[in-house]
Amino acid sequence: MTNLLKTMEINLGPQHPSTHGVLRLVLELDGEVIKSCTPIVGYLHRGIEKMAESRSYLQYLPIVDRIDYLGGFFNSYAFCDCIEHIANVEVPEKAQYIRVLCMELNRIASHLLWLGTFMLDLGASSPLFYCFRDRERILHIFEELTGQRMMYNYFTFGGVRWNIPDAILDSISVFVADLPNCIKDYENIITNNPIFISRCKNKGVLSKKTALQYSITGPNLRASGVALDFRKSNPYLVYDKLNFDIAINSECDALARYKVRISELYSSLEIVRQCLDYIRQSNDEVINKTLKPVILNIPDGEYTSSVEAPRGLTSCTVKAGGKNPYRVKWRTGSYYAVQLLPELINNSEIADVMAIFGSLDVILPEVDK
Amino acid sequence: MNYLFSLFINYLANFGVPKEISYVVFPILPFCIVACALIFVVLILVLAERKILALFTQRKGPNRVGVWGILQTIADAIKLLCKENIEPNVTDGIFFTLAPLIAFVPVMVCWGIIPFSNEFDFISISTSALLFSVVAIMPVIGILLAGYSSNNKFSLIGSVRAVAQIVSYELPIIFVILSVCILASSLNIKDIILAQVSVYKMFGWYIFPCFLGFVIMFVSSLAELNRCPFDLPEAESELVAGYNTEYSGMRFALFFLGEYAMLFASSAFIAALFLGGFISPFGFYLSEKLFANNILIQIFIYFEQAIWFFLKTFIVVFLIMWVRAVLPRLKSSDLLKFSWKFLLPLSILNFIYICIFKYVVLVGGIK
Repeated sequence: MTNLLKTMEINLGPQHPSTHGVLRLVLELDGEVIKSCTPIVGYLHRGIEKMAESRSYLQYLPIVDRIDYLGGFFNSYAFCDCIEHIANVEVPEKAQYIRVLCMELNRIASHLLWLGTFMLDLGASSPLFYCFRDRERILHIFEELTGQRMMYNYFTFGGVRWNIPDAILDSISVFVADLPNCIKDYENIITNNPIFISRCKNKGVLSKKTALQYSITGPNLRASGVALDFRKSNPYLVYDKLNFDIAINSECDALARYKVRISELYSSLEIVRQCLDYIRQSNDEVINKTLKPVILNIPDGEYTSSVEAPRGLTSCTVKAGGKNPYRVKWRTGSYYAVQLLPELINNSEIADVMAIFGSLDVILPEVDK
Repeated sequence: MNYLFSLFINYLANFGVPKEISYVVFPILPFCIVACALIFVVLILVLAERKILALFTQRKGPNRVGVWGILQTIADAIKLLCKENIEPNVTDGIFFTLAPLIAFVPVMVCWGIIPFSNEFDFISISTSALLFSVVAIMPVIGILLAGYSSNNKFSLIGSVRAVAQIVSYELPIIFVILSVCILASSLNIKDIILAQVSVYKMFGWYIFPCFLGFVIMFVSSLAELNRCPFDLPEAESELVAGYNTEYSGMRFALFFLGEYAMLFASSAFIAALFLGGFISPFGFYLSEKLFANNILIQIFIYFEQAIWFFLKTFIVVFLIMWVRAVLPRLKSSDLLKFSWKFLLPLSILNFIYICIFKYVVLVGGIK
């Protein structure tokens, strides 16, 4: 009873400006210090896994883009990869390069949006607009290429739907040349800002052990000093032919996660450059037409495809049989990051919740699916 | 004020109005001037803030209502006036309505205290600098009441933050004001401004001997105004909208109006203390040259002084908006630490330094 009188319970969300969607956190506050935190998820549940069971593969393909609306290509690729493996179909090399190109650009767009919203959570409004300005250029490229800004539906079983026109390749190279300067601008106003550092340094320390216990993947794990990147450890597509570094930081705090994501922007750019070179000089087909998507009827089989998405490991397990999947299971990085929250924000202050939660880069559609 | 006052009485006397009635009626005039100017300045400030932020973030800002978006704020104001005044069921009724008023009225008093030119000082008492600093923190009572009476946890946290913040940043401000008062040997804002008139033209402004004080005052004013990077009481990413979460319509508009009017008043106060207030930066007034033979030259000079004052104030306002465009928000505990462990000792040091400076240089203590 005394405890009840001393602490205040507060509902952060599901409708709250900085919960990136509809996360609900039940916080127990003692003054401004958080005594306990319970994340409640499920406000955006759309039954994406169940939807697969009543749809054909082709009908399900556009839906998977909606799992992580900031990284549609990654989900799309994971699902296509499963089907291709079960049906035992080879993807032409050029299509693989195009997939990598799209995914890395998508990763840049996703990280840029993360940077903007993270800074907005910390109270700085300008970086949001700068990041959106540059992200907009990527979205324009995607819109030209796929017809959609965010829900692309461009990858298909056996490759990609159509070749990249040269004009788009040119605009991508212009963008790739410009972006490093823009990132330098962000770093000038963010990285050495004393207020930013005081908000992020030693906040939300995620030790290596905890990260591994909670199955954290992606930039969050690499910021805890674990060099696990699925592009390097189990290379899919053509990542083993590409030359790039993975960013690791062993400081484990929110600042480390920021630094890792910034260096990932550079490494993604590096990959995009190499893909551009290949795609320019290759005249391959971009789709293997042995699969007929509309009347797709693949043999029984099960396959799990794992992708290094911007928010950690995204894996898709498809148990196929006949005209529609028997079961589809998605594993997304954000879900695990949300479960981590009580571990990180207990005994910190309410202002730190935003810094920590923002630094984990959680988006809710991916959590609830 | 005496000049205007005599003009007013003489004007009414022409129509046979007795002097006694003029005495009573006269205060209405400055009140109307302040009220109109306040609304007008706030409209400009809101638009200016949106345009300046747009400039910093490479956007266009409001550009649909009127030419260059000039009427945007008016449209917003009309929208706010037409909105339903939503009052949650379990609020503390009287205080809930009273809070926006308590937050707004002191701001108008602040406007009255500031001498916009040699004549336009509506509340002229010998300790007006101290009066200003006292009245300027009164809106916090309204903020506290708003947080308490809204029966909303976000509002409560926001208002408690506001009180902690304003109380702890008031002390550095007082020390800086005192050091300026020592420089000018006066507690009256108009005398402080006039004391900055010197043969060195704009180098006589107190920002030069007391630059440290200017910086402390600027930073503390940001905190008092709940402006970025100290906008914790209404940190939207943490507390939804802070103390005014439950407010809508005209009640919200009063908070909003009060906030921007206070932004202007505080900037004007800084301009008065450090940037020479209404005195011209050239050492002479332009109207002296332009209207040398006009009988109304006195009036022209007063208006020119007001223009200089507004210009200087807007420079400070621009600085405040610039800060908002660049910096993220501090954490509440860091905020209090910053005030008590850094700004307050620094302002005391500044106070001591100014005392020595005054004794050695201006009074000529060491011969």
